[in-house]
Amino acid sequence: MKTRRMRPGLALGAALSLAALLLALLSLVWTPHDIGALDIAGKLRGPSAAHWLGTDHFGRDVASMLMAGARTSIAVAVVAVGIGMALGVPLGLIAAAGAGGWLDEIIMRGNDLIFAFPSLVIAILITAVFGPSALNAILAIGIFNIPVFARVARGGALGLWTLDYIRAARVAGKGTARISAEHILPNIANLLIVQGTIQFSLGILAEAGLSYVGLGAQPPTASWGRMLAEAQTMVTLAPHVALFPGLAIVLTVLGLNLLGDGLRDALDPRGRGRQA
Amino acid sequence: MTLLRLDRLSVRIGAAPVLSEVSLALEPGETLGLVGESGSGKSMTALALMGLLPLGAQAAGRVEFEGQDLLALRERDLCRVRGARIGMIFQEPMTALNPMKTIGAQVAETLTTHGAATRAAALEIARARLDRVGLPADRFGLGLYPHELSGGQRQRVCIALAIALRPALLIADEPTTALDVTTQAQILDLLQALVAEERMALLLITHDLAVVAGRTGRVAVMQAGRLVESGPTEQVFRAPGAAYTSALFAASAHVPRRAPAAQGAPLLEVAQVRRDYVLARPAPLAPHPVLRAVDEVSFTLHRGESLGLVGESGCGKSTLTRAILGLDPVQGGTIRLAGAPVSPAMPRAMRAGMQAVFQDPYGSFDPRWRVERLVAEPFHLLPARPADWRARVAAALAEVGLRPEDARRHIHEFSGGQRQRIAIARALITRPALIVLDEAVSALDVRVRAQVLDLLAALQDSHGLSYLFVSHDLGVVRAITGRVMVMQAGRIVEAGPTDRVLSAPEHPYTRSLLAAAPRLPGRASPGVRPTAP
Repeated sequence: MKTRRMRPGLALGAALSLAALLLALLSLVWTPHDIGALDIAGKLRGPSAAHWLGTDHFGRDVASMLMAGARTSIAVAVVAVGIGMALGVPLGLIAAAGAGGWLDEIIMRGNDLIFAFPSLVIAILITAVFGPSALNAILAIGIFNIPVFARVARGGALGLWTLDYIRAARVAGKGTARISAEHILPNIANLLIVQGTIQFSLGILAEAGLSYVGLGAQPPTASWGRMLAEAQTMVTLAPHVALFPGLAIVLTVLGLNLLGDGLRDALDPRGRGRQA
Repeated sequence: MTLLRLDRLSVRIGAAPVLSEVSLALEPGETLGLVGESGSGKSMTALALMGLLPLGAQAAGRVEFEGQDLLALRERDLCRVRGARIGMIFQEPMTALNPMKTIGAQVAETLTTHGAATRAAALEIARARLDRVGLPADRFGLGLYPHELSGGQRQRVCIALAIALRPALLIADEPTTALDVTTQAQILDLLQALVAEERMALLLITHDLAVVAGRTGRVAVMQAGRLVESGPTEQVFRAPGAAYTSALFAASAHVPRRAPAAQGAPLLEVAQVRRDYVLARPAPLAPHPVLRAVDEVSFTLHRGESLGLVGESGCGKSTLTRAILGLDPVQGGTIRLAGAPVSPAMPRAMRAGMQAVFQDPYGSFDPRWRVERLVAEPFHLLPARPADWRARVAAALAEVGLRPEDARRHIHEFSGGQRQRIAIARALITRPALIVLDEAVSALDVRVRAQVLDLLAALQDSHGLSYLFVSHDLGVVRAITGRVMVMQAGRIVEAGPTDRVLSAPEHPYTRSLLAAAPRLPGRASPGVRPTAP
């Protein structure tokens, strides 16, 4: 086997994603300042030695809030993608295995039903019933990941079911479930990983969006979306308070997308897409 | 004036040479067959002269066409040559047409793109061209979509497209490889007539020597990026100058040495089998129409025998094969393997007695699995995977002529012929009595095909295997089977000893198949011996 050189895109994506993850983990044990500590006198200061990224309108440390916010964003996105994959992928595989049958029909029409509702409307509904919280944001985002993964899994699997190696597996006496697990799932894994990273970044955006309109994480939980929402009125006064959470979202989403693209190429044993 | 002159054309991709100093000339109205195995560079030659080389490929030398060097032209000027002065037909008619556009619009597009006609005039010309390629207006309107046509008809549309602007040179890259023999003969006849009529030069690229025979004035043979021989077709066929050409001829007519099959007990008994497909309702609430793909088929395959099943695509042979393998249920009749009924629900131990080798050496293997796991997959049929499974995989690989180390490699590291050997190893691993070979050598080059046929014959002798050999290729069936059945529209129209059926066919359909099969002149032709008048 030739030595594998990491593609620059994959390396950059992995670095950015890893940085966000590490900051989130670090915030569990250490932040430069306590995010609950208010300092009205020192509010809206620019970056300094004491406060690397400045302070917000309550005088809280922006750097510390960003680290804690990363935790919220990543947790919400991870669980939401997890819900989508854990439920969506098996549904998609079942639909593909029985393509054209009644089970396929039920699953896919159910998918269409969920697709037909804007996620924000459902989020508002859930919030109205259960009250706004990060957990409800997770549920709302997660439910909308299910049809996405079901569709991707079904689409990828449909093409594979016609191939000769699936016929060979059937001649070897393997049943539908076993073929789906052994042959289909590994071969659509690259599709799912790419879709996963896209959904992950969309999840971060969705959490930020829901928090921005007040339906996501509630104070005092730090969240990038709520930081943006609170900074909005002061953007001319202290641009750094809006700039840093905005940058954090952009860099994390960019990193995840690069990571997804890079992984898709790297995970393929045929080395398709390898640059000469 | 010479129409096309390749002068020491070389192509390299990165550091690897793909074409080495190929020199060829083509006069106006001349036909040239370019023959070679896969990877010989024949398609790359065509792409190079069209300026359609893949990314990263670099061409050197000269390609002189109508007095200008195509390699020196800019992309914009090349676009004026492509389609207008040089037309091209590709192998796969299923993917060469845009499924979202009507055939009329696609033929007319060539004309309007090159500014040769207004839209209305272009449609008129398109109509005339489609008429000319055998798609008359009353049955084939301009408004048809590709999916409404058969493969042969689509290839005719591709030809109409290629000749729309009356190019001086027509390049046909494996134009009939994806088609049935009878359709192949019709398409080749059409190409020949068009070329003669319009005084076009034709560059016919193929892996099949028999396709070129009697169809082109000259033939050029390529091997590993080099031109090994070229000359008048008849002369090359009568007395090939290069050893490689002789080897190709020998491989085309190769018949493996087989011990005469001892007639054993019945192994596979198929009785009045029917397979129906329920189609979509033509209108809401209307009854589902039923397509009978296999219609009352009965035959018996004995132990140690190899039985051929021949027919064109859509005749039901694949559907029948799936039923025999117990993958699909039958709607009538019975299939028995060694006395026990075959069905999708049959016990695993019984499935172990019957394995299969499929057509596509590239699609037959999970690309993520290593060879040892692929070959060992049928062990799933045993109560438990044997403890010595690695040794048995190694033994199976050795039997098909591969090294035991190959077990640790991934499938993409193997060539097409090696992959079919691995497929055979996988089929052998449970020691089945019957192997169903579904077009198992159709995708292979002639020399590799000859080797795989030899391997199959040797394995049959040593293991006492029975083969059901499903193929559209009469030459292969003649080489490997003792008895043959001819299938048409779901029925078996003729069956008997292979020699008798292929030399003195009784059914008109068998006769038309044999007549359409391309043959090498002056040699033991693959499909047919001349019948006594």
